[in-house]
Amino acid sequence: MKLFRMIGLALLFLLATLSLSRAGEADLRGIIAKFATAKGFSETGAVVHELAATGDPLVERPLAALADGALYVRKADSLVLVGKEVGESVQLFDPLSGEAAGEAAKDDITKIKVNNTLRRVIRDALGTLTLGAKDPAVRLAAAGTMFKTPDAANIEPLDTAIANETVPSVKALLEQARAASVLVSDRPEADKLAAIQLIGARGDRDAVSLLTSVEANASDAVKQAATAAIANINSTLAFWDAGQNIWYGISLGSVLLLAAIGLAITFGVMGVINMAHGEMVMLGAYTTFVVQQVIRTSFPGLFDWSLVIALPLAFLVAGFVGFVIERGIIRFLYGRPLETLLATWGVSLVLQQAVRSIFGPTNQEVGNPSWMSGSFDIGQLAITWNRLWILVFALSVFAVLLYVMKRTPWGLQMRAVTANRRMAASMGIKTPWVDALTFALGSGIAGIAGVALSQIDNVSPNLGRSYIIDSFMVVVFGGVGNLWGTLVGAFSLGIVNKFLEPYAGAVLGKIVVLVLIILFIQKRPRGLFALKGRAVEA
Amino acid sequence: MSGRFFAKGADRRIAITIFILLAAAIIVPLLNLAVAPASAFYIPSYIVALTGKYLCYALLALALDLVWGYCGILSLGHGAFFALGGYAMGMYLMRQIGSRGVYGNPVLPDFMVFLNYKELPWFWYGFDHFWFAGLMVLAVPGLLAFIFGWFAFRSRVTGVYLSIITQAMTYALLLAFFRNDMGFGGNNGLTDFKDILGFNVQADATRSSLFAASAVTLALAVFVTWAIVGSKYGKLLMAVRDAESRTRFLGWRAENVKLFAFTVSAVMAGIAGALYVPQVGIINPGEFEPSNSIEVVIWAAVGGRGTIVGPIVGALLVNAGKSWFTGVLPEFWLFALGGLFVAVTLFLPKGIVGMWDSWRGNARALRAASLAEKAGTDPEVAQPKVVRAAARTPGEWLSSGPEPQPAE
Amino acid sequence: MRGNFSTITKIFSASVVAAGLMMSAPARAADDTIKVGILHSLSGTMAISETTLKDAMLMLIDEQNAKGGLLGKKLEAVVVDPASNWPLFAEKARELISKDKVAAVFGCWTSVSRKSVLPVFSELDNILFYPVQYEGEESERNVFYTGAAPNQQAIPAVDYLMSEDGGSVKRWVLEGTDYVYPRTTNKILEAYLKAKGVAAEDIMVNYTPFGFSDWQTEVSAIKKFGSAGKKTAVVSTVNGDANVPFYKELGNQGIKAEDIPVMAFSVGEEELAGLDTAPLVGHLAAWNYFESIDTPENKKFIADWHKFIKNDKRTTNDPMEAHYIGFNMWVKAVEKAGTTDPDKVIDAMVGVSVPNLTGGYSTMMPNHHITKPVLIGEIQADGQFETVSRTPGLVMGDEWSDYLPDSKDLISDWRKPLSCGNFNVASGKCGGKGTN
Repeated sequence: MKLFRMIGLALLFLLATLSLSRAGEADLRGIIAKFATAKGFSETGAVVHELAATGDPLVERPLAALADGALYVRKADSLVLVGKEVGESVQLFDPLSGEAAGEAAKDDITKIKVNNTLRRVIRDALGTLTLGAKDPAVRLAAAGTMFKTPDAANIEPLDTAIANETVPSVKALLEQARAASVLVSDRPEADKLAAIQLIGARGDRDAVSLLTSVEANASDAVKQAATAAIANINSTLAFWDAGQNIWYGISLGSVLLLAAIGLAITFGVMGVINMAHGEMVMLGAYTTFVVQQVIRTSFPGLFDWSLVIALPLAFLVAGFVGFVIERGIIRFLYGRPLETLLATWGVSLVLQQAVRSIFGPTNQEVGNPSWMSGSFDIGQLAITWNRLWILVFALSVFAVLLYVMKRTPWGLQMRAVTANRRMAASMGIKTPWVDALTFALGSGIAGIAGVALSQIDNVSPNLGRSYIIDSFMVVVFGGVGNLWGTLVGAFSLGIVNKFLEPYAGAVLGKIVVLVLIILFIQKRPRGLFALKGRAVEA
Repeated sequence: MSGRFFAKGADRRIAITIFILLAAAIIVPLLNLAVAPASAFYIPSYIVALTGKYLCYALLALALDLVWGYCGILSLGHGAFFALGGYAMGMYLMRQIGSRGVYGNPVLPDFMVFLNYKELPWFWYGFDHFWFAGLMVLAVPGLLAFIFGWFAFRSRVTGVYLSIITQAMTYALLLAFFRNDMGFGGNNGLTDFKDILGFNVQADATRSSLFAASAVTLALAVFVTWAIVGSKYGKLLMAVRDAESRTRFLGWRAENVKLFAFTVSAVMAGIAGALYVPQVGIINPGEFEPSNSIEVVIWAAVGGRGTIVGPIVGALLVNAGKSWFTGVLPEFWLFALGGLFVAVTLFLPKGIVGMWDSWRGNARALRAASLAEKAGTDPEVAQPKVVRAAARTPGEWLSSGPEPQPAE
Repeated sequence: MRGNFSTITKIFSASVVAAGLMMSAPARAADDTIKVGILHSLSGTMAISETTLKDAMLMLIDEQNAKGGLLGKKLEAVVVDPASNWPLFAEKARELISKDKVAAVFGCWTSVSRKSVLPVFSELDNILFYPVQYEGEESERNVFYTGAAPNQQAIPAVDYLMSEDGGSVKRWVLEGTDYVYPRTTNKILEAYLKAKGVAAEDIMVNYTPFGFSDWQTEVSAIKKFGSAGKKTAVVSTVNGDANVPFYKELGNQGIKAEDIPVMAFSVGEEELAGLDTAPLVGHLAAWNYFESIDTPENKKFIADWHKFIKNDKRTTNDPMEAHYIGFNMWVKAVEKAGTTDPDKVIDAMVGVSVPNLTGGYSTMMPNHHITKPVLIGEIQADGQFETVSRTPGLVMGDEWSDYLPDSKDLISDWRKPLSCGNFNVASGKCGGKGTN
């Protein structure tokens, strides 16, 4: 590290003074050729610095390739080239001009190895180089990098960049990066205090991180200001932490809701103690996997649509399996609800083993489409896209289900049959069909839950097992037979769990939640939203 | 007295079961210890250990039958009582290791040594005495069941709600025992036992004695269960199962009736666990796994619940099948097991013993009818079966009427 | 009534005795075969990792038979399924040894499964080859540990992170699943880090349950801990299933390897197969083998594996290499001893040296652990690891850690005359079964 930094400082100094006399292309090639002989990461690092010091925008291509692990040395002539893997062979390109330079088998070229430290060095080097890039997003990334790696030598290039900058958000970040660099420079105290002010206003963890490192070795006044700024930021962050816990709780709640909502139909409405519910979720997840496999091999362009395509398919697959289970087994067991527990347990074993036999016991890769990757910030709250989409998805599934149950003739029949089978039958409702379709609906919904859960969890034959107990807890806690109960149950369990976790730890937190459920059931033996009935047993 | 509730066949069946168990307790150890290994009658030690283990499972299934078959409480947490009994015994066995652990620490078990415990946690005190451990085997599961039942039955938590909170109980205990900070060895549990009451746990004689102890205990438990079920209290138990409110309206305290059965059953499960641990040589939180408790329910259902003998037969058959299939069809045995559960529920809804009974009942009724026709009398002879028929459809807790209701 | 009696009796005796007889039917091992037991879970939670090892063993046995078998006899694999159930492991081990009369057993993955079968192996005197990296603190006469001990994985990994190449890490998060391997490893690492001058407030230890899937709170706590102005790294002993959601959350919350690298000890090619690794490039793992290792032995092994499993996409991993080494060692020791008799083979094993897949030789040491190179790899976008660091020589497995107060005086040496798994050099006494 020290070595890198010293070289970097020296070379950046050169860059600052000699930036007018840019090295020619031949010189660049000369430096790039050194990659072929560099041994170990530190030598490669030195070459990177040398390249960066030329200040030539042309070096961006080879450096970016190196960071991606796509810079190769051809064994035959020791030429350094950018490569792109195509199947078994690698297409080669000139590192500076980008012109094609033929193909090579993997054995004929050696990849230039990079590691984290080197990647960071390249990122920093590219940061200064791309400060003047045309794309504002690249400039923003450059400013972000420079904020995280403050360096006194950065101040001047940053000043120039700030003067030329037109986009306000980039400008703000550049100013912060400059402030960060001022803090590590030997500028006068007043400048530093102003810089602390500016950074303190950022109010995030990165600011705390920077200020803490400054705090350690600074003059008294600066130290005081930094300490005050940190305290200030921390108190705001404490407030955001609470918000974060709520968000995590809601997010966990949405997962629980998704996992449990199908069970709220098969178990809650129909009274089938459906131990194979988790396997329906698993089937949905495997459907997603199969869809993505087909898309990967045949229609790579559609990858971002894979989940949308998988949703109806998962509903149909799981729904169909549910339909078969109902027709084949469960319809003989109405009036003997307990036995459904045994039969569905057997079914769950068979389904698990079937999936294991077909797809193998190992995890399957289900990728996140781009719109479900990454995160965005609201204030100091980092919200990941996949969690947000799962929340939205869970709520929409709930809304649709509620609509089906309460507002459609089918829902009416469903409720009629489960309320009083014989009466419903005498009103002309085909009860066997309603039973089969209700069970298929519950299973199908479990299936689409599987599509969503495949985004955050393992897709393995054990997927279902991990959700089954939680699902039952949610349904029972909320009150069997009441969809709203499931909704409220899922979110309250999620939030309570996430509030306990930071204090009690994940394990103890969960134990406390379970004990709370047990105690709660003592207080309300029929769950949160008990169905009102005339029966004396209730 | 009990004759009114039990067909003669059932009484005799209990006697036969007890007889077989006692005979096995004598014969199996004899065939293992006294017969030369080359002989055709020799029973290898590992079969003794294996069947001993099955007998413990059978005792657990019988314990569940008392509450589920006769009282209508479907406990999905009986594995917890079993495991607690096992842990109490395991703690005794751990203390017996003394300084023979790998670190040679005379007081602390190995896992405490490498987790940097400085002294024995207070709840390990006393477990170096067998009588204390024995007491705990009874007291810990019994007390937990008593407290749990006290609250649950008083609050009139019934049916599926009760099942799910028993499941929550065993799940919470599972997570708790997984924690290494609890002082029970975490995921690895308690293992590497050396002695029980001064005898080497791995010796054939000890194994045979443990087998005999399991068989005798099971026989005793069969007798106790039969006595409970046949007593006046037993009638009350079944009354609560079949119509809890009516029993309550008649002035009985249904919650106390249930509480007694639940506690007795938990103690039985605890004893089963205590016998199980020295025979398999390990106790770990995996025994709290909710799926284990569900499996117990399945044993009882396969054999026939509410029949005393049924759960024993079920536990033995299912476990023997499992042992066999996992060796013969390692890749596909889950299909066989899963298929078995589905088949039993569909085709043998009353379990093996229950099915046998109704088949016998039908045959006898037919025979009685034909006899009656000949003699010109009313075929009332088969009438006791009606009472038993009611006793054989227990657990209708989810639907109180003839048609399925929204789950309560 | 007669019928009643006899049938019930039949049902009953069928269950008690028939079950036993089914299995006691003496397996008549033909004299021209040598049986090898494979004790890996094929169902339940551990099937995900262990099934591959079963297949790897079947392949190795096939290959050995193609080479003409062993001692002029064919090898025969006996596969059983202990179903991720720990007491069942003991039962199945007993069945393999007593009924099937196997010459050696290759199996187990979790520590608890190994602990569960240990008494069976010492009682019936047979051999177990245990292929998984584990917490150490054990050395049994009947067990050969072909996986890594903590000093063959954890300590070099931490050394790398502390080095300039690794990023000169100053602040440590020890994140693990709550069971004995992470607990012990973290105890050793804590002691090691403190010995290296790391302050207590720069170490954060956290445990989560098995199969944990909601990592939001933990990952944000790591982020928070990492924002103290010092270079921070996570050392993860998170177990199998929980890793996928953990890495997904890391990726989504934008924790990049350049900022906070995660060094994992339980994440191999197999675990990564369930993940899109593009956001994880640069996170690390420490093993003794990577599929990407470029040696002729490894290329052949991978080609054979793909041919055997009939799937070009299946990965190879470290425990498979451990079985490869262990199996070849056993073959060599049997040839050396001229018999499969466990007692003689155990004595012949020490000192046996076979090629490993990373271009060197592994040797069985007197403590029943083997010598291995330690490799640090970075995750690549294609789900493979790229070696970024490798110990200069081979590292010998150290069963009793020098960093734990109670085990630092213990050593293990199964050669005669010492023959002791826990010899105390301070008191000069064998604390284990050797003398008691």
